[in-house]
Amino acid sequence: MTATKSRTMPLDSCEEIVHLRQTTRSWMAEQRFTLVEQTKMMTATSELARNAVVYGGGGSAKLELLEGSGRMGIRVVVEDQGPGIADIGQAMTDHFTSGQGMGLGLGGAKRLVDDFEIRSEPGKGTVVSITKWK
Amino acid sequence: MERIPILKVGEFLLVSIQVDMHDRLAMSLQDDLTAKLVATRAKGVLIDISSLDMVDSFIGRMLGHMAAMAGALGAKAVVVGMQPAVAITIVELGMALTEVRTALNVDKGMALLQSLVAKSCSMDNHDCHEK
Repeated sequence: MTATKSRTMPLDSCEEIVHLRQTTRSWMAEQRFTLVEQTKMMTATSELARNAVVYGGGGSAKLELLEGSGRMGIRVVVEDQGPGIADIGQAMTDHFTSGQGMGLGLGGAKRLVDDFEIRSEPGKGTVVSITKWK
Repeated sequence: MERIPILKVGEFLLVSIQVDMHDRLAMSLQDDLTAKLVATRAKGVLIDISSLDMVDSFIGRMLGHMAAMAGALGAKAVVVGMQPAVAITIVELGMALTEVRTALNVDKGMALLQSLVAKSCSMDNHDCHEK
């Protein structure tokens, strides 16, 4: 699996959340993902980006177009150096919220994509990677 | 500063969200809408989201809040024009928006608002034009 295109974007403000999700959408439109796939990935990206900005104190996102073994995909990796998540299992459950959201962020994002990976360490930050395959 | 316009149409307010809103803009729309509801004494609000290509949990929560705030101020709210891909996505996200009244398009939303307002009017039987 190789990345044929890659771009790193800052995530420090709510305008940058919009910029990231719009960029994700336009990359997917170029690759002719269906409208539903675009909408799901863009929504999942927005959830993760907001987590990074609001709870992680900001961070960055890496967008990658992937190609290999006859398929292609798009991956978004969102990273922050915030407080981290002590109990990932609990954070993934619906309606668990530490703040103002609906508590659908992580669990909801996972349902919208094909691959979902999360790594977090209290005091060090969180990295979440989501991928949608075509 | 950017703002989402709120138009007065007869006894209703019309909000058409034409841009991908960042969170602060969504919050200011809530404030503007409540202020305008009080200032105009509108009986209903129609929120058109047909240009939104995405509704995430934040925007969904904001739509729910706007509907609830309108209710607290004695007005009815209807969200119209959700794109099919957005409907599929929000259900999978886990957000059914069941507390928000919806209609397919502006025409149907207007008709729904009118019937809701007429109903609540006949129950109050004051401040009412026809009944």
